[in-house]
Amino acid sequence: MNTRITYNNEKYILGQLFWSFFKIGAFTFGSGYAMIPMIEKEVIDRKKWFEKDDFYNQLTLAQSAPGPIALNTAVFVGYKLKGWIGSLISVLGVVIPSFTILLLVAVYLAGYKDLPEVESAFKGIRPAVIALICVPCIRMMKNFSIWKIAVAVSIAIIIWQLGISPIYFLILGAAAGIIYTFYAKPKPKS
Amino acid sequence: MIYLQLFLSYLKIGFFGFGGGIAMISLINNEVVVRRAWLTSKELTDIVAIAQMTPGPIAVNCATYVGYTVTGNIWGSLLSTFAVSLPPMTIMLLICYFYKRLNHNRFVEGALATMRPVMVGMIGAAALTFVSKETFVDWKSYIIFAVCFAATWLKVSPILLIVLAAVTGIILY
Repeated sequence: MNTRITYNNEKYILGQLFWSFFKIGAFTFGSGYAMIPMIEKEVIDRKKWFEKDDFYNQLTLAQSAPGPIALNTAVFVGYKLKGWIGSLISVLGVVIPSFTILLLVAVYLAGYKDLPEVESAFKGIRPAVIALICVPCIRMMKNFSIWKIAVAVSIAIIIWQLGISPIYFLILGAAAGIIYTFYAKPKPKS
Repeated sequence: MIYLQLFLSYLKIGFFGFGGGIAMISLINNEVVVRRAWLTSKELTDIVAIAQMTPGPIAVNCATYVGYTVTGNIWGSLLSTFAVSLPPMTIMLLICYFYKRLNHNRFVEGALATMRPVMVGMIGAAALTFVSKETFVDWKSYIIFAVCFAATWLKVSPILLIVLAAVTGIILY
């Protein structure tokens, strides 16, 4: 974290941060996992802001924190280079393109929504979107033990059928993990 | 009042948005469709489709779109986007600050290990919630679903799939 890297141009570092993350926000599609290779290329290969190991260590934390992965990555890269101002600038960079594009879609789609062609297109799209959500869900279960799969499936059904907020399950899950860690293993000497 | 509700809802979505984009869909569904009834489940499915096709994080895309649809102006978009970004940004800054103590902390790792099945359950719930007579209109929908499922499994680009699904929809319906 504290290893100093000579940046190619210290003076314009905030501008560079903004521009790098603006590009990431404007040209990466799909989920955060799809964005990681692009971020890696920009931050490690092109700008040399991070050592590979250092980047991956922080990325693991960014993935475990709440919120979009691209946004979390913007925060830690910006923080490393310029503290919280750097974080803020990088987050703005990553958010502004998607904000602008979605605002345009929201404003203009409203006018076309009732066209029969648009409705037909969405009739085709809707089942596709559900498939896009199902696949990562099943893929993530691959390394799960039987009881973890049982927990995941029951939670899915409870949220779906009863409309209970997933927040309660997240809190329960975190609490269970902390209690388990507390009792399961003896405390290592610190 | 709607602005305050929008702000609080998206603050909550941002704060509990563990697991990234797709896991957040079930949170968004719970807030925006179940609790507030700002959108129908069908509309949210459409927004997720649009979010998949446009660049940027899905949660930000959804926030911008919902903010505009609910209030009818740009300030709603701006507010919900700000609200959804604020908690992750704050939490990530704290993580950067306490990095040395949090990295490989066994309590953090323990909590995350048991949260993982919850996140998978949340993604499953999002998929299940979206299945309805409005999204699966007839048998052709099931074929589109099966083909897209297989293609996604084989790592075909989601954007390409959505475009193809849209074309199929125009041809079939």
